[in-house]
Amino acid sequence: MAVVFQKTRGLTDVETHYCPGCTHGIIHRLVGEVLEELGVLDEAIGVAPVGCSVLAYNYFNCDMSEAAHGRAPAVATGIKRLLPENVVFTYQGDGDLASIGTAEIVHAAHRSENITTIFVNNAIYGMTGGQMAPTTMIGQRTTTSPYGRDAATTGMPIKISEMLAQVPGATFVERVAVNTPGNVRKAKKAIKRAFELQLAGKGFGIIEVLSTCPTNWGLDPVKALRWLEDNLMVYYPLGNFRDYQEVENA
Amino acid sequence: MSKVLMKGNEAIGAAAIAAGCKYFFGYPITPQSELPEYMSAHLPRVGGVYLQAESEVAAINMVYGAAGTGKRVMTSSSSPGIALKQEGISYIAGAELPCVIVNIVRGGPGLGSIQPAQSDYNQSTRGGGDGDYRLLVYAPGSIQEMVDLVQIAFDKADYYRNPVMVLGDGMMGQMMEPVEFKDDLPKMELPEKDWATTGTKGQRKPNVINSLYLAAEELEQHNIRLQKKYDEMKQNEVRYEEYQIEDAELVIAAYGTTARIAKAAVDQLREAGIKVGLFRPITVWPYPYDVVKNLPESVKHILCVEMSMGQMIDDVRIGNEGQRPVHFVGRSGGMIPTPQLVVDKVNEILNGGK
Ligand SMILES: Cc1ncc(C[n+]2csc(CCOP(=O)(O)OP(=O)(O)O)c2C)c(N)n1
Ligand code: SF4
Repeated sequence: MAVVFQKTRGLTDVETHYCPGCTHGIIHRLVGEVLEELGVLDEAIGVAPVGCSVLAYNYFNCDMSEAAHGRAPAVATGIKRLLPENVVFTYQGDGDLASIGTAEIVHAAHRSENITTIFVNNAIYGMTGGQMAPTTMIGQRTTTSPYGRDAATTGMPIKISEMLAQVPGATFVERVAVNTPGNVRKAKKAIKRAFELQLAGKGFGIIEVLSTCPTNWGLDPVKALRWLEDNLMVYYPLGNFRDYQEVENA
Repeated sequence: MSKVLMKGNEAIGAAAIAAGCKYFFGYPITPQSELPEYMSAHLPRVGGVYLQAESEVAAINMVYGAAGTGKRVMTSSSSPGIALKQEGISYIAGAELPCVIVNIVRGGPGLGSIQPAQSDYNQSTRGGGDGDYRLLVYAPGSIQEMVDLVQIAFDKADYYRNPVMVLGDGMMGQMMEPVEFKDDLPKMELPEKDWATTGTKGQRKPNVINSLYLAAEELEQHNIRLQKKYDEMKQNEVRYEEYQIEDAELVIAAYGTTARIAKAAVDQLREAGIKVGLFRPITVWPYPYDVVKNLPESVKHILCVEMSMGQMIDDVRIGNEGQRPVHFVGRSGGMIPTPQLVVDKVNEILNGGK
């Protein structure tokens, strides 16, 4: 019988701890498939964040380093500078990257570190029980914005992709979502492109992936996808903000 | 090899390169900036990497990543910068990565001053990061000793898979002395770095660098294992110097720059027929407690001299176990004690004052 679907070698053969309907799992799979398809799994070194994906070091089937909260881009810098021939990536949530780790991500982009960052934006702190993140939507109720996020006291949701697209060193910046099969395919294409640019030595790439957190959004998986489409995808438009050609021509 | 005249900070850099360290991540801060400057000039020439990070927080996390690849790596800073590095130091210790961290201490607290001080004794020997971890901490008393210890530090870091700190102060960093890069420093038999994250090359299972143990029993086991390592350090790594202790009535305890000043005071007092000696810890962790505990019968007083308001004095008291009065004299904030200050204090103590 012909095999039409199988697990990627890019992921280990263990059950993940993610909640039902959480899209972290899909994103893991895309990264694993891309590493496998590019034939770089044996050269890859991933950096896991602090957040729900902290245990990513058990799931990616390659060497992994577990960083302190927000510091993954600095850890990845240390690895890549010493091992420029290896493929280095970080996998970070929005609390990790867009709050405590803003300095590290901006400067990794600024130096155009030749690494790839997978940025999972679920508009909330998942792991610690659903607190407000800088990416939380206006009006969104979280455990630390119980009356809904208020722009007057907490600012507007931070748009990381738009921000990093202004940094000269950022080679590739794209926002994707994993809410439909079509978008999953586009997400994979973007992830692959960023890794290909790394392999070609072109510098820093980041893929912002809009993701669900059914548990802390208080929605079932299907409603969570709908909420993502009606809210996150409206405020955070999908699309490419920066690609290598554009940098070249600039 | 012949002697060369070098500034302390630059000598540290040269010693690190001599020890095979080719990678440095740092952030400018007085009074240690000559060290990163030296590295930025010399590392590219030996095929290494010098990188100025966006902050000390980033620098120490770059060291975390770099040390994970199994290569020799170092960072340096001064007091407020070391305070920022404490998070990363705890992670490095927890993940059992080797690296060397240099702290060229300046006056504190806060932004403090840029003059020499020893007020980082606590943050260097006790750490400011979370958890039960320890660093091997060398406190050299001359540029030559600093050059030797920096080289030894890399071996010790690799051997124990633990960060090693070299604790200096603004004076040690800035002054010049003749130094020799010795070919005959004791070399250790070092374990293979089969834990490093270098890519599996399809040859082995993935390696993971990590300090997270979600199960309490597992973290406790990890801590017990770390403790065994620290116990081995206590057993084998204690270093100190004793000077004119045998018949002394009073022993001065001092390290680094103050030990030099104290030595001058001892010589001056001995010339006047006063029986004083000097105990100089070279490792401030592990601390030579036994030396303090087993001082000769003749010793009636201990005087701790520091460029702080009194931090090492706690370790002297631990070693002393209440046997003798422990006195203190020091200057702080970047002020440097003179030999005369020490002489006067000794006379005051021995003449019955306090
Ligand atoms: C220095 C530090 N501060 C706070 C925490 C607690 N903490 C753990 S995960 C997390 C937030 C993670 O949220 P996010 O990055 O959005 O990832 P998600 O869990 O949503 O995937 C926080 C604040 C920590 N581990 N370390
Ligand atoms: S808490 Fe949210 S982000 Fe974390 S695993 Fe569950 S659904 Fe996913």
